[in-house]
Amino acid sequence: MRQKGNGEEQGMTVKVTVEDVERVAELAHLQLAPEETPRMLHDLNAILDYVAELNELDTSGVEPLAQVSELLGVAAAGALRADVVLASLDRAVVMAQAPETDQVFFKVPKVIER
Amino acid sequence: MPSEAKAAETYVEKPRTLAELRADLISGRTKATDLASSYYERIEKKNPRLNVYLSLTKERALKQAERVDALAAKGDPLPALAGVPVGIKDVLVMQGAPATAGSKILQGYRPPYDATAVAKLDAAGAVLLGKLNCDEFAMGSSTENSAYGPVRNPVDTERVPGGSSGGSAAAVAANLAVATLGSDTGGSIRQPASFCGVVGVLPTYGRVSRYGLIAFASSLDRVGPFAANVRDAATLLGVIAGHDAKDATSSAAPVPDYAAESDKPLKEPGKAGLRLGVPAEYFAEGLDDEVRAAIEGGIAALKAAGCTVKPVSLPHTKYAIPTYYLVATAEASANLARFDGVRYGYRSAESEILSSLYRHSRDEGFGAEVKRRILLGTYALSAGYYDAYYLKAQQVRRLLAEEYLRAFAEVDAIVTPTSPMPAFKLGEKTGDPLAMYLADIYTVTASLAGICGVTVPCGTTQAGLPVGMQVLAAHLHEGTAFRVARAVESAHL
Repeated sequence: MRQKGNGEEQGMTVKVTVEDVERVAELAHLQLAPEETPRMLHDLNAILDYVAELNELDTSGVEPLAQVSELLGVAAAGALRADVVLASLDRAVVMAQAPETDQVFFKVPKVIER
Repeated sequence: MPSEAKAAETYVEKPRTLAELRADLISGRTKATDLASSYYERIEKKNPRLNVYLSLTKERALKQAERVDALAAKGDPLPALAGVPVGIKDVLVMQGAPATAGSKILQGYRPPYDATAVAKLDAAGAVLLGKLNCDEFAMGSSTENSAYGPVRNPVDTERVPGGSSGGSAAAVAANLAVATLGSDTGGSIRQPASFCGVVGVLPTYGRVSRYGLIAFASSLDRVGPFAANVRDAATLLGVIAGHDAKDATSSAAPVPDYAAESDKPLKEPGKAGLRLGVPAEYFAEGLDDEVRAAIEGGIAALKAAGCTVKPVSLPHTKYAIPTYYLVATAEASANLARFDGVRYGYRSAESEILSSLYRHSRDEGFGAEVKRRILLGTYALSAGYYDAYYLKAQQVRRLLAEEYLRAFAEVDAIVTPTSPMPAFKLGEKTGDPLAMYLADIYTVTASLAGICGVTVPCGTTQAGLPVGMQVLAAHLHEGTAFRVARAVESAHL
């Protein structure tokens, strides 16, 4: 197993702050209630402390593995489908699921505040 | 009352095996409609306590049962799963049936199509009873994260059924379905199957189409069956497996007759027995003593059945949980971006402008664990942290996968405990997310490597809690895993 010496940390030991949680919540379009933030802050730090264990491993030169299909000995995801138009779901059926619609478009409140 | 007398007359007990049910349907001894009604009766009685089903699809089920009865009456050939009462985890969509994923954010959503695995069951004549409770968006190890209340373990109702497919496992254990479908991203089929004492299958990544599976982590998500015995589980996998043009990651490899594979002995005459690997890393600190003893008993039984057993080394195992939680949450944060209160499901009433509609719908619609994982994943993917977290995790993922490939060059299957502990008490781990994550320690490695596995009951603890043995095999070698699991089952431990 590859192990790594001390002093080669890659930045996994940073403590998350309240500002970080608020910034990430904004990126994720989550409106955390004021009472939710301290709990999330605590949990994120606990989990990130734990995952920092990965710093022990020297992974220099290791190709990232995003998807395992390449490991399978078969032409798994190889063949692309033919580029032809196929029938899709009927608009009326799909729009019937929308919280607010005029049957053609999804309706939302105004996009920009004036 | 005449209706009660009629019900008593037509009440059908659980068929022992799918083969027995098939024979009974063909001979006319059992009617698919009576069987379906009997299951609905049991569900009505037991579900209020167990909370296994979130919704029932009676109309569709009874129509299908009538079709099966009509075929049988005419003496026409019956499809593979004719009349089999099946439940579907509520992360797989069924046309017109509520699909919640255990979340408030999908309240009211009725998808206009069937998931491929569901459509295949339907085409094979299965009777689809309803949708099964689970952790919200399949995120959890106890089914306590469902917005619709926890599922109770039928073996001991003060305990969790495991998760996230807790409803799927409990339904089979309580005989509220003959078989069920679940999904497994980090252990969500295997761990609940082991907690409830049933068989659960993790197919190879790409073996079963993910079309119509509400996505959690797309590079890890699998759809797989639960059943009361190995052969039935193998039969179900054979029905739902195969290439699907609607899932570009689905495998084009031919689908073998898994049930027939499971019939093969571990040692065929004139051939060497299967080679089993036992990784010391899965028997280290943190493993419950009674679970250890049960699994060691299972390994001894496999030896007696003709296997050779040797140690294998999987030294990166201890890095699997951190790797998994970075990969899975990063993918989840992207996948769950689609739930925005615009196209389906829940919309917050509190929205003056579009961006606040998104934020409020998501805050009110998602539960705490889902938010925690979205935040963690968004953080791991955000500028400045991407390399340190997400890329690093993907690198370790390769090391973990290669380690398995090396091991499978030497052995045909690897056997481990499915979970370090038997079913824990409701509420025992809800206060500590990290402790809950650690419950997945033996299952996440196979998830990251994309390999397949089966969990099979392997004895019980003193208190009578089921212990599951995890049998792992190389990519697309499900048949081998079924064979080994079948031998454990036959040993009646």
